[in-house]
Amino acid sequence: MSKLVVVGISDQQVACPPDSLITYALGSCVGICLFDTMRRISGLAHVLLPQAINGCNRNEVYKFADTAVEELVKSMESRGCARLHIVAKIAGGANMFATTGRSIGERNIEVVKSELKRLNIRLLAEDTGANYGRTVEFDTQKGSMIIKTAGKGNKIF
Amino acid sequence: MNNYDNLDELQMSVLSEIGNIGAGNAATSLAHILADKVMMSVPVLQIINVSEMATILGGPENELAGILVNMTEDVQGMLLFLLDQEFICMLVNVLMDEHIQSLDEISDIGLSAIMEIGNILSGSYISAISTMTGLNIGLTTPQIAIDMAGAILSYPAAQFGVMGDKLLFIAEDFLSGDSAIKSHLLIMPEPKSLQLIMESLGVC
Repeated sequence: MSKLVVVGISDQQVACPPDSLITYALGSCVGICLFDTMRRISGLAHVLLPQAINGCNRNEVYKFADTAVEELVKSMESRGCARLHIVAKIAGGANMFATTGRSIGERNIEVVKSELKRLNIRLLAEDTGANYGRTVEFDTQKGSMIIKTAGKGNKIF
Repeated sequence: MNNYDNLDELQMSVLSEIGNIGAGNAATSLAHILADKVMMSVPVLQIINVSEMATILGGPENELAGILVNMTEDVQGMLLFLLDQEFICMLVNVLMDEHIQSLDEISDIGLSAIMEIGNILSGSYISAISTMTGLNIGLTTPQIAIDMAGAILSYPAAQFGVMGDKLLFIAEDFLSGDSAIKSHLLIMPEPKSLQLIMESLGVC
């Protein structure tokens, strides 16, 4: 029996086939799916903010993009993954309400991408930005990211 | 006061009272708009995290309308009304003489009617705060998002996530004719503004 492993807000999970990973209704948050193409181990993180600023609790490593990506890589490495074989697919970072200036969603995407670059992880696909919410499911067997929306259709990456 | 977590009982009851008066004003305004009697329940004030909030709203993927208004001038912060599908359809059908049954069917003119409702509802709550505190509070033009509850909630969560994971919200039932309408309002003054509201009321 395959399970659906749910990832909450400011949370991360690692799973193997036949299980799938899911995180519900990303708005400005970003979902980061990492996949080891050799060992077929997958991880999914759901970040809320780009980075901790003054006054934040720095221990909440899964909440911020600038710490969560590396933490997820570490969790996967501790399960036997090799950095070299890890690839990424990301989704989310929407701007739910038309705000002026740079939205939190945009900044989240920016930090996630620069973290992936810094950690030498290839970004294979993304479904980011715009103004609608996304549920992200990751099929650990196929390494595919399934995006579900309310009224904007579903997509597979 | 940095965080909604450490509000004491007195401060909570002050906020409940603001919610109570605001909801009373809102019920009166709604009754005018709907040309029908509108009753209201006693508002329930809660301080909870985003995941619990999404559960209360019918799960993270439940489709809702979120109407966002920012407070300006003496008080900074936001109000976010979360109205369910049934409420929105009822409002559009009464106001626009339409017969829609789901949020997907809303026309542009229906959307602007909903924004106007947002204007009226936020005005109801803001005038409650202004009257009680004597503070001058401005409001921005409402913005609307029709989407999954979790996605809409990511906005206040991110805006206030730097100071904790908790949201301050008021749940309120309005009764009109045969239909009971559940409305949820997130009321999120910035910490400094919340302190100012409390000080203006003599509560510190």
